[in-house]
Amino acid sequence: MTQPSHLAGALRRRRYPLSAWPWRALAYAATTLPVAGVLAVAWSVVAAPLLLVVSALRRDRPVDVPVLAVLAVLALIALAVAPLASAPVAAVERWRLGLVDSRPLPGPLRRGPVARLTGAAAWREVAYTAWLATVVPLAYGTFGLLVLLDVALVAGPWLAGDGERIVLVWDTVESPAGAVPYAVAGVLAAPVLLYLAGLLVAGQAAVARWLLDGAPDATALREVTRSRARLMGAYEAERRRIERDVHDAAQPRLTSLTLQLGLARLDVPDDSPAARPLDAAHEQAKELMVTLRGIVQGIRPRQLSELGLAGAVGDLAARSVVPVTVRADLSRPVPELVETTAWYVVSEALGNVARHAGATRAEVRLTHADRRLVVEVEDDGRGGADPAHGTGLTGLADRVAAVDGRLLLASPPGGPTLVRVELPCRP
Amino acid sequence: MPSVTRVVLAEDEVLLREGLVGLLTRFDFAVVAAVGSAPELVDAVRTHRPELVVTDIRMPPEHRDDGLRAAVALRGERPDLAVVVLSQHVQSGYAAALLDSGDGRRVGYLLKDRVADVAEFADTLRRVAAGGTAVDPDVVRHLLRRPRDPLDALSRREREVLGLVAEGHSNGAIAARLHVTEAAVGKHVGNILAKLDLPPDDDTNRRVLAVLAYLRAGG
Repeated sequence: MTQPSHLAGALRRRRYPLSAWPWRALAYAATTLPVAGVLAVAWSVVAAPLLLVVSALRRDRPVDVPVLAVLAVLALIALAVAPLASAPVAAVERWRLGLVDSRPLPGPLRRGPVARLTGAAAWREVAYTAWLATVVPLAYGTFGLLVLLDVALVAGPWLAGDGERIVLVWDTVESPAGAVPYAVAGVLAAPVLLYLAGLLVAGQAAVARWLLDGAPDATALREVTRSRARLMGAYEAERRRIERDVHDAAQPRLTSLTLQLGLARLDVPDDSPAARPLDAAHEQAKELMVTLRGIVQGIRPRQLSELGLAGAVGDLAARSVVPVTVRADLSRPVPELVETTAWYVVSEALGNVARHAGATRAEVRLTHADRRLVVEVEDDGRGGADPAHGTGLTGLADRVAAVDGRLLLASPPGGPTLVRVELPCRP
Repeated sequence: MPSVTRVVLAEDEVLLREGLVGLLTRFDFAVVAAVGSAPELVDAVRTHRPELVVTDIRMPPEHRDDGLRAAVALRGERPDLAVVVLSQHVQSGYAAALLDSGDGRRVGYLLKDRVADVAEFADTLRRVAAGGTAVDPDVVRHLLRRPRDPLDALSRREREVLGLVAEGHSNGAIAARLHVTEAAVGKHVGNILAKLDLPPDDDTNRRVLAVLAYLRAGG
């Protein structure tokens, strides 16, 4: 069984109380105290004007304006520098989070002070700092009270000695014997507290992860994939150009040359000294034609240019060793790059079906859904396809990802296997 | 004057077109028009009313299967028009589209590579013009390679014979190629038709069509 990578995961394990995780949680909680303490003081400066107003109103006294003004200015300054001041706090907190969460947590990009003031990541850090200064101390305080209460319950039989009356929670006991049931309850509650502490720390860690995750935001990621798609598009266009050059310029000339050689050979008598070299030249030209055809096929699937996606997929199906049914429902045009990607997906998937699946038949479905092209290849084979083995599926996933699509695979042992690819078709 | 076969040729690459004109003329075909695009092909056929059309599949204006579509449309107008399409590469789908036009007679689907063997190419054109059917050996091999239960019943020799039958050869021609007697070929063909559950028939062409129809139905 794999080790949990963070506290919340560890809490679900039965061996949690015996593992190192409670100690890690304790270390995290203990180190929270000084950090949160310092922050609580700083926070009180920001919150002071508000508290002053509230307190004045409650006592029905007029608000002391000069003091309020000074405090308000201080609060504004504190707020202005908060994005800068929160940086070291966030750094410490990211490091501290490693105590209970070993998953990587990227920090925000290093930027200048002005950029920090306007960046969303910095203000998330400020929010985290404020939370650490207010909610966390409250939560720790409440938990501390619970712990004290439990300690009092357990210590009850000793405290209640010598006929002294003590109050345990809601009841009053007068003798050690009377306090014993409470002590038992206290001992029983200890593991509950252990778990509660774990939950408290796990919750804190989850909020920290959520607010301190400085990974580039979604728009930036989209931009990256889009530029990757552009690159793929340029690459495909170049392949197409090469293919067209060979197909339109070299191939017909070679065919023509071969034809001329064939005609010339007809006009040369068999016993002429030119007959044999002419035969050899003719043969070589014919071989070259076959070679060139193979090269062109390798550059870009010709069927795609001439038959369109549905036709080319039909051709792939017809070539398959395993009988394949094709259902194509393509009402709208598909961008060329998406077409090529879809073709490669079907080609590779059918190749896998033939090589590994042990299937007796397969089905290819091409449909539009929303603004996407959905390609599905299903077979009745033995299943158990694993992207971890071999590069076929991962290579395919890369190709699909490059056009901002996604590849999904369902292949339970015993089959059937379904490969589903969704490719965005922007108009 | 002996009747010569009047041909309209469509091929967008000028060098190859000239080469093909030379070839056809050399083998006593009369090239009445040599054009470079699908619309020109349609016009030329309507004007000259040839017996045979030889056309490239990929041609202007769209550079996709324009030539094939024009050929199929022309056969819709004139079912007796013999058509041979040339393709740069093997594609069973094209062969099926062409064979489905009209009654499947007088059609040919050949790889461009075949023009290299000039005499054989001219011979194939003559067979098609005379009412035959010719599918490129590579396409036939491609179709035969696909495993299907009824074909599993055939012996290797019978598959070989079936391939040649599908290419449009007569029993005599097959016998000469395989270096066996014509009677032996006849026996093989009988066995094949029996195994494929096709009624025997003397007509070579109908035999080809039956076999191809069978191959197509499985695709």
